[in-house]
Amino acid sequence: MRRRYLAAALIAICAVSCGSRPGPDLLFPKTGEVPGWSQKGVPRTFEAVVLWRYIDGDAERYVQAGVVRTFTTDYRHTDQFEAVADIHVMRNAAGARKILESESAEGSQPLSLGDAGRHYGASLIFRRGRYFVRLVAYQEAPQMPQDLEDLGRAIEARLR
Amino acid sequence: MNRRDVLKACLAAPFQSAAFQSKSKVVIARDPLLRGPGHSINQPHLLLMLDRALQSFYDRDSAIEAWKRVVKPGEVVGLKVNCLAGRGNSTSVPLVEAICERLQQAGIPRNNIVIWDRLNQDLESAGFRVTERPDRIRYIGNDASGYENELSVYGSAGSLMSKSLTRVCDAVINLPVLKDHGIAGVTLALKSMFGAIHNPNKYHVNVGDPYVADVYMLPPIRQKVRLHICGAITAQYEGGPSYMPQWSWPYNGLIVARDPAALDYTGWQIIEQKRSEKGMKALKDLRREPAYIATAADAQHRLGTNDPRQIERVEV
Repeated sequence: MRRRYLAAALIAICAVSCGSRPGPDLLFPKTGEVPGWSQKGVPRTFEAVVLWRYIDGDAERYVQAGVVRTFTTDYRHTDQFEAVADIHVMRNAAGARKILESESAEGSQPLSLGDAGRHYGASLIFRRGRYFVRLVAYQEAPQMPQDLEDLGRAIEARLR
Repeated sequence: MNRRDVLKACLAAPFQSAAFQSKSKVVIARDPLLRGPGHSINQPHLLLMLDRALQSFYDRDSAIEAWKRVVKPGEVVGLKVNCLAGRGNSTSVPLVEAICERLQQAGIPRNNIVIWDRLNQDLESAGFRVTERPDRIRYIGNDASGYENELSVYGSAGSLMSKSLTRVCDAVINLPVLKDHGIAGVTLALKSMFGAIHNPNKYHVNVGDPYVADVYMLPPIRQKVRLHICGAITAQYEGGPSYMPQWSWPYNGLIVARDPAALDYTGWQIIEQKRSEKGMKALKDLRREPAYIATAADAQHRLGTNDPRQIERVEV
């Protein structure tokens, strides 16, 4: 009987902890939620120990800053360009700040998004709390910087 | 000129000739009209640029004759692509298509051509369609082809090798891209072979030195890689290895070499020049000078040369 209580307690703890951990389905806007943007494929999740499978050679920087896991998904815009969105969940806000500050600001404009951000034109980065977010476009389009920013704001709203 | 001068000239000539012959040739082909509207790659221009590079490298009048210096009919030829950066700055699909076209014209049937890299997902992300159909050109990640069970060991490196390299391919053409690397300085011909092993994440300490050179010494890599064609169509001078459009520029070129150290040295200098133009610090000042290139060229490794005086740089 005691074992059954113990198992039930463990399941309950697991359920609570899983429920309190927002996954990619909650954090990435779905198709149609941001004008022009549609989500492509299924979001992928990389825990810190296997982040190198996604960004080998760059993963160490995130691990040293305390990344817990990374979510990534692809998007397509009706203006005929594609983009990838990465959300890095760090152990704490200091880790998100460390990643942002480790990147060159060359060619960027400050972006008022989250706690701090930068817009590079074809990509943008921002941090909010323990989240570090990067959006990268693969092609060029006239309205693309604004379109990226719109998508970034929709993601930021989900991190609150 | 007196008798002594004549004697000196006679004695020196063979050595000068030998020195010239021992130089590592690096051909850089560029085409300012490579990109069409919307920055799409103009395939006929790409094919012509590839032909120019190969003909110059092998000193042949025809591209097919040049390719016949690389591969022989009956061989299974692997194209080691680099797809880590997704669609933004991986080995370009049009370049691979152009090489496949020339390989077939040189006598390699399509079912003897294998395009491979770390993961099927990487290949898909870069725009390749994974397929293992035996009657077609095959596209396969190491996660699908598998790794050997026994470690290959050299120096600091101990890794399981991709079966695509060890069992499937007789010859490999390495197709890296020209880009910066946040830890190792740059990632070009030498480091791209990290995609042939199961544990590349173990080898990024100490700016990748001597690991990058040691991995390249592993016998299947050393024995089977015949040529390097670095896709410098889009190049990246900061923020690599992930694709960062803000630090990329259209170099519109290919860099061809057999000597991976000479190619890496040449590519590194191109990246440094761009960094300098952009007012960015040299990699040495950021403590990520790619010292592994010198290690690859040292007396223990002898993978090539990083001495600019021993590199014959040809621009076509």
